[in-house]
Amino acid sequence: MNPLLMELWPYFLMVLVGYLPNEVWRVFGLVLARGLNEDSQVVVWSRAVATAILAGVIAKLILFSTGALAAIPLSVRVIAAVFGFLVFLGARRSVFAGVLAGEIALLAGGFLFSH
Amino acid sequence: MPAMSAPVAFSSPSAAFFAGAKTAVTSVFMLVLAGTYIGIGALTHDFGLSSWWLAISTVLVWAAPAQVILITTVTTGSTVLVWAAPAQVILITTVTTGAALFEIALAVTLSAVRLFPMVVALMPVLRGPTTRLRDLLLPTHFTAVSMWVESLRLLPSIEHQWRIPFCNGMSAGYMATAAVFGFVGFYLAAGLPPLLAGGLLFLTPMSFLMSTARNARMMLDKLGLVLGLLIGPLLTILDVNLDLMWTGLIGGTLAYLVHRIREATT
Repeated sequence: MNPLLMELWPYFLMVLVGYLPNEVWRVFGLVLARGLNEDSQVVVWSRAVATAILAGVIAKLILFSTGALAAIPLSVRVIAAVFGFLVFLGARRSVFAGVLAGEIALLAGGFLFSH
Repeated sequence: MPAMSAPVAFSSPSAAFFAGAKTAVTSVFMLVLAGTYIGIGALTHDFGLSSWWLAISTVLVWAAPAQVILITTVTTGSTVLVWAAPAQVILITTVTTGAALFEIALAVTLSAVRLFPMVVALMPVLRGPTTRLRDLLLPTHFTAVSMWVESLRLLPSIEHQWRIPFCNGMSAGYMATAAVFGFVGFYLAAGLPPLLAGGLLFLTPMSFLMSTARNARMMLDKLGLVLGLLIGPLLTILDVNLDLMWTGLIGGTLAYLVHRIREATT
């Protein structure tokens, strides 16, 4: 493979397996906007599937971390995530408060227990 | 109800556009987006992609979950393909990544299914009697969680003819915020001590977790979230192929069935 092609490869992949499979649902939505309403069963089911996928990504990022986050022990990451979530619930579902609390717990735990 | 007051009007489409952009940079989603994209910027750096790759993917893909899937899978599947020189290595990995590419596209497309009902719900709000299809192309591409929530909240109080430029301005404001903070996260991760870089990477799952939990008003959404959190790691430990797809299909379908049974019994 020539150097220019190698340079452009990640961009090509972005369009092929990122942009196109993502955008197709927006275009579908535009085309079929008249046929379906928000309460139809297919829409309800696909929303549940989408939520579960997103949750899977979240859990994997916390449990099977890579790079700099992997240097912080698993127990610290899990406790920080749970703590942040409890603060989020306690602070009337404030995403900002929850993320901030989780980050503080992670950094404190990481500072104390990282190798 | 604010419906009693006169609908908001603007002097020109550009005035509506800039009012929308101003709304974006002063909204609470600005903070959430900044946090999310600082995290994604750090992730991009971590996985060895470039900051411009991220900026372009923010404009083209414009969906944080899909971008995270893309960043974390494109490189693990194709690192060798991107960097390797020996031809035979490229040949071998091309064969294996054929399946990997399919899996990435599938994971991305499944994560993007949620955009479909959002567009379906938003278009009737944007569409006026004289709206042409091409006027709706940009708002369609802009549709994402933050923009969607704010559009449904703000647009009904605006006169119909100004809704599309207002929505485009707001979306452009969100997208610009995301792109800028992607660069910030990327270069912060490059220069930060490891602990703080780890803290940046933690922003993405945390802000996703809580913004998803906040949007989960119905039992269906809550159950989908909890089941996904449990099934995702389980399938990873079991080393199941297409783990994200199965996480979605199993967790989502279970949540849906419980939802149907509850509806039938009440």
